[in-house]
Amino acid sequence: MNGTLEMTESITLAQAMEFIWAEADFLDRLDYKPWLKLWTDKGKYIVPTERDPEDYAEVLNIVYDNQTMREARVKRLLSGFSMSSAPPARTVRTVSRFVVTASDTGVMELRAAQMLAEYKYGHMRVLPADLKYRLVRAADGALLLDEKIVTLINADDYQFSIGYLL
Amino acid sequence: MSDHDYATLVRDDRVHTSLYRDAAIFDEEMERIFKHSWIWVAHESDIPAKSSFKTSWVGREPVIVTRDREMKVNVLLNRCRHRAASVCEKKKGKASVFVCPYHGWSYDPDGNLRKVPRAAGYPEDFDKSEFSLISLRVEIYNGMIFATFDEDIEPLIDYLGPARKWMDLFMKQGAGYGVKTLGEHRFRFPGNWKIQLENTTDAYHFPIVHKTFLDSLDAETGNVFDVLGQGGWVEDLGNGHSVMVMIPDLVDLDDKLDAAIPDRFADLAQELRDEGHDDATVRRVVRAVGGSGFNLNLFPNVACSMAFFRVLRPVTVEETEIVHVAIGMDGGPAAGNRERLRLHEHFQGPMGFGTPDDAEGWERVQRGAQAGDDLWIMLNRGVDAPEGVAEPGHEAGDVSAETGMRAAYQQWKRMMTA
Repeated sequence: MNGTLEMTESITLAQAMEFIWAEADFLDRLDYKPWLKLWTDKGKYIVPTERDPEDYAEVLNIVYDNQTMREARVKRLLSGFSMSSAPPARTVRTVSRFVVTASDTGVMELRAAQMLAEYKYGHMRVLPADLKYRLVRAADGALLLDEKIVTLINADDYQFSIGYLL
Repeated sequence: MSDHDYATLVRDDRVHTSLYRDAAIFDEEMERIFKHSWIWVAHESDIPAKSSFKTSWVGREPVIVTRDREMKVNVLLNRCRHRAASVCEKKKGKASVFVCPYHGWSYDPDGNLRKVPRAAGYPEDFDKSEFSLISLRVEIYNGMIFATFDEDIEPLIDYLGPARKWMDLFMKQGAGYGVKTLGEHRFRFPGNWKIQLENTTDAYHFPIVHKTFLDSLDAETGNVFDVLGQGGWVEDLGNGHSVMVMIPDLVDLDDKLDAAIPDRFADLAQELRDEGHDDATVRRVVRAVGGSGFNLNLFPNVACSMAFFRVLRPVTVEETEIVHVAIGMDGGPAAGNRERLRLHEHFQGPMGFGTPDDAEGWERVQRGAQAGDDLWIMLNRGVDAPEGVAEPGHEAGDVSAETGMRAAYQQWKRMMTA
């Protein structure tokens, strides 16, 4: 690989942030169908019940989705027949405090903080979370999610039900 | 409120809405029911070894469930005998001593007060044996640990009565390896605890509330979860307990082991074969992984619900915490337990395909129950159970009958007027 190509393949923090903000915007607007296209085929979307398990596959999670489960989840949330998501809660989220934890050609791993407010039936709830992302650059140059782990600040404590995507 | 008043709030076919919203009734329930019943606190696999512990609740009171040096199970109030600080704030783990963080009093796993710092500051007649952690009465059936404040109520096995048969059937999900807890989903909803108690014995809601779960299944599995269409039934097991059989084919997991392996478990079966398990083991594990076809409701706070334990904890009159405990095989093939975890995540928990819709329904009940001064919660649904399925002498109805709720509320009435 020549140097020029590497330059074009690497992911900058600014590109990663722009991608993650766009993803957050899709989620707040319940625009889930384009969100499904942001993933690699093997991408995992995980919301754990523990802070830092050794292997998410071997423990119980709140969400442990491959592409098939993501598609089923989105279908359910948009169907209008799930009373916890129809009517949906309103959410407003921001993602910040980005730290790049690993970076290689076409791959970046980073962590970030998410502050999300949820509103439904007169209740306002705040769901802070630590986020971990692995982003990869696809052959066409677009960024894709290869892994997203949303560890709620109280992941190992009780939740109220969550009728939307984190 | 007098005993007579409580009696008038529960009729044979309905209960008064104040049972969902009256804080004074709630306080009385915590006293009369939760202090005088067997309350589920843990599964034995939560505390597998000497010095392992788990924190839990009996009604509104925090407890520590411990296994001591003699492997005996203890349920101890989580409160230092000196000035009341909690002595353990971890969910589970191992500890050979519980040290109060405030003044350093230390306790053995059986509750015995081991040491008091600067003991010379107490009078000479200070007797440590008077200051053990308060220990509750504990009894265990088939791995399920129950505790009670009441020294006089009947033994656990008598309290469970005919429910024991169903607990034994439920534990066949261990596939011969025994049952082990695998993790838990913990969530709350803004509503009264009895709304959840009812729901475990309510098949009527399933095709409506869980339409999106059913839509996410393949056709074969969808047929398995056609819970109203398979000749199931609800049976009153006494003492407020009941069983609701939704999938009669999945009552006894040791039966029908020669049936074709469902498509959804084909990959799992192949993985088990590749690991070298013989055909009989593969069939037994696969059938166990799919879970049981019934919900066993044990009054007042736990259910063996198809493939998991459902534990409820009343927080206030209008807030309830629920734990869905995932279970699997204790020492069985890891691939089988992984499959069970994924199945649990599919339906259960705060972002499952089922639980959030249940929780929304219960919240809507609590919201709606604010309306009307003299309205009742109707529990009059049900026609005869299919011939010959229920034990002779047990009250029973069809699968969508409200028989189990009526059973629970009659127990409520007995305890609230005792």
